[in-house]
Amino acid sequence: MKSSLMRKTTMRYVAGATAMAASLSLVACGGGGEKASGDFDGEVKVGILHSRSGTMAISENTVAEAELMAIEEINAKGGITIEGKKLKIVPVEEDGASDWPTFAEKAKKLIDQDQVAVVFGGWTSASRKAMLPVFEAKDHFLFYPIQYEGQECSKNIFYSGATPNQQAEPAVSWLLKNKGKDFFLVGSDYVYPRTANTIMKEQLKAEGGNLVGEDYLPLGNTEVAPIIAKIKQALPKGGVIVNTLNGDSNVAFFKQMQAAGITPANGYAIMSFSIAEEEVAAIGPEYLEGTYAAWNFFQSLDTPASKEFTKNFKAKYGENRVTNDPAESAYNMIYLWAAGAEKANSVDNSAVRKALIGVTFDAPQGKIEVQPNHHTTELVMIGEVQKDGMFKIIENQGVVKPIAWNQFVPETKGYTCDWTQDRPDAGKFKM
Amino acid sequence: MTALYDTLFNGLAIGSVLMLAALGLAVVFGLMGVINMAHGELMMLGAYTTFVVQNLLKNGPLSGLFPIYLLIAIPIAFLVSGLAGLLLEKTVIRRLYGRPLETLLATWGVSLILQQFVRSVSTAFFAGLLLAVLLGLLAPRLTPQIWWQKRWAPLLGVGGWVLAGALGIGLASALGSVRALDQPWFSARNIDVTAPQWLRGSIDLAGVTMPTGRLFIIALTAIALVAVNWFLQKSVWGIRIRAVTQNRPMSSCLGIPTQKVDALTFLVGSGLAGVAGVAVTLLGSVGPNLGGNYIVDCFMVVVLGGVGKLLGTVVAALGIGILSYVLGSGSLLLLWPTMPAGLNETITFFATTSMAKVLVFVLIVVFLQFRPAGLFPQKGRMVEA
Repeated sequence: MKSSLMRKTTMRYVAGATAMAASLSLVACGGGGEKASGDFDGEVKVGILHSRSGTMAISENTVAEAELMAIEEINAKGGITIEGKKLKIVPVEEDGASDWPTFAEKAKKLIDQDQVAVVFGGWTSASRKAMLPVFEAKDHFLFYPIQYEGQECSKNIFYSGATPNQQAEPAVSWLLKNKGKDFFLVGSDYVYPRTANTIMKEQLKAEGGNLVGEDYLPLGNTEVAPIIAKIKQALPKGGVIVNTLNGDSNVAFFKQMQAAGITPANGYAIMSFSIAEEEVAAIGPEYLEGTYAAWNFFQSLDTPASKEFTKNFKAKYGENRVTNDPAESAYNMIYLWAAGAEKANSVDNSAVRKALIGVTFDAPQGKIEVQPNHHTTELVMIGEVQKDGMFKIIENQGVVKPIAWNQFVPETKGYTCDWTQDRPDAGKFKM
Repeated sequence: MTALYDTLFNGLAIGSVLMLAALGLAVVFGLMGVINMAHGELMMLGAYTTFVVQNLLKNGPLSGLFPIYLLIAIPIAFLVSGLAGLLLEKTVIRRLYGRPLETLLATWGVSLILQQFVRSVSTAFFAGLLLAVLLGLLAPRLTPQIWWQKRWAPLLGVGGWVLAGALGIGLASALGSVRALDQPWFSARNIDVTAPQWLRGSIDLAGVTMPTGRLFIIALTAIALVAVNWFLQKSVWGIRIRAVTQNRPMSSCLGIPTQKVDALTFLVGSGLAGVAGVAVTLLGSVGPNLGGNYIVDCFMVVVLGGVGKLLGTVVAALGIGILSYVLGSGSLLLLWPTMPAGLNETITFFATTSMAKVLVFVLIVVFLQFRPAGLFPQKGRMVEA
């Protein structure tokens, strides 16, 4: 591990300095030298496929780091045991470069060339949608760690992040009960916010809420004056704002909202679905204090398992780093896969996929279990941003089972997914 | 009436950000005809300068100055971005005058380098880079003069740089093994620039909520505009710049040092980008990709206004600002409540920020079809065009 870290650092300098000083061709490839450990009887390769460059790198680095940490921990305890043999998990890293076709291409490479047993990867729904056909065509195996909009249930994908009924829906119900009936929805203009808001609109209809407006900001846009004007017009005396903006736009949104007086102190309850500890630090807690977020894990979760996870992460990657829900979810999926492989007594991807259903893991958030619809149970919590950038957990709704096909949306109402059933349409059939 | 004031204020607010961001480009692109794709990254350098100034003043002996750190950051950002622009002009752009396509590609490359630079820069990296650049520049003096007259002298030049680069990488790697020196200064993550308290509130006037941050930007834009106008119209160097813009060979014949004029123009334009960088920290996020969010809008303003005219930039920026606010916020419905039903629905359809942006672009494209030279075309004879 050390040597590969060193190599990466050196490579970074090489990349920077080559561009700067135009001194090419001196890059000595520092490969090899990986010592064969005597404690293992063999190896199993797994793919790690996240954006390590480009706009998504900020978020996805943390996720990849959590995955590498889990692999290291498992190896330190002797790897995974298959047919009495101890196997070392060897990660093969690829860079999706924040570019969705690249994800599909690298997934192909990991499967065909590196012959990995499983791929852990993706962040944006767009990257998952790009990889899905690859994994289905090759009947291979992807583990996806991020909370997403649902409406998908692939035989070849396991989802360790929250579905809407494990994040957005309980949050909306909680807001309706405690914070008001008038909702304004703001999101980035792409698949996750649009789908999540469609679900929320149906839920508001069903549960007696009132949609007063919605708006979408192009990714990367920082001018939110028109949105603020609309919010003030629709909610002059306060109300609920649900924010599914992604990335940089959040900073602009909160900075300008505060300046315009749309703050928790003035009666606005603001709930975000893409802001975790890492994003709070980047935006600045001064702007976010008093707003809410719904997640399955918070760094402030006061359990021994949670503290242990955060302690190890900081020890490995630096004291100033924070853990968050996506990192926890990514960490969990490595352990889930390892447990599934040991249960199947094989690393063959179809055997592991079958064995995984019903597998449990004592995650940092608490015990989680893989369900027949390839999603996991999750602890649902709502937190409030504090001055120090951490969340105070103000609501704990307990462990919730995942629902892949949304029951609020008319098109998917009544449908379910169950891969334990032997039927051709197990991914989506009428209950 | 409030709706009208509200629209005017917000339009002015959006327009002034565009204007401030485009002002530097109006100088560089408008006067010199240099398509500088790295303009956004020069803004980013300004924003990072603000971050550094903020952190220096937050604690320590000078913390009394913290409330006005933004004002202190403005001249420093002007200098940092201006010097970066000057370096860019001396090393890259100077060699490419009169070749707009090559300039475009080269400055695009520079913008990528600058982005990666702020991501990767650490003490070790910086030391290595400094060593490489110094050695590379000094190589001709450190080697026997006679070598440089040989047939293989060009190879020597390349070899010198390669060797300097290798030594730089070596130093960076060696220093990088010390963890403290290897820590990136900024890293790829976005950084947190928090406006001082007095710029985070708002003032209510005639029923319109005016965020103080926006008022600050409007004032800064006005001052920058007046200063640039004075500089170009009244100062000696400004007059020389305009002379060179109109007729370079003639100016040269009359004894105007055109190379110095080019360098100065670029320094001023880049410095203005730095000032704009300080201003946008009040509104949005600060990260390596900051420049990309503004560069298209900047070119849009300059082209719409008419290349080479400051007045055009002003009118275009305000026009785009008001238009995108009116369309995006749907406030046209408020201003004109008795609108016919068909129009009403069309307006509502475009009343989201994404759609408003689309519509603004469409309108600009249509406008440029009829007035390709922009709102205020440059009149008179141009030698270089």
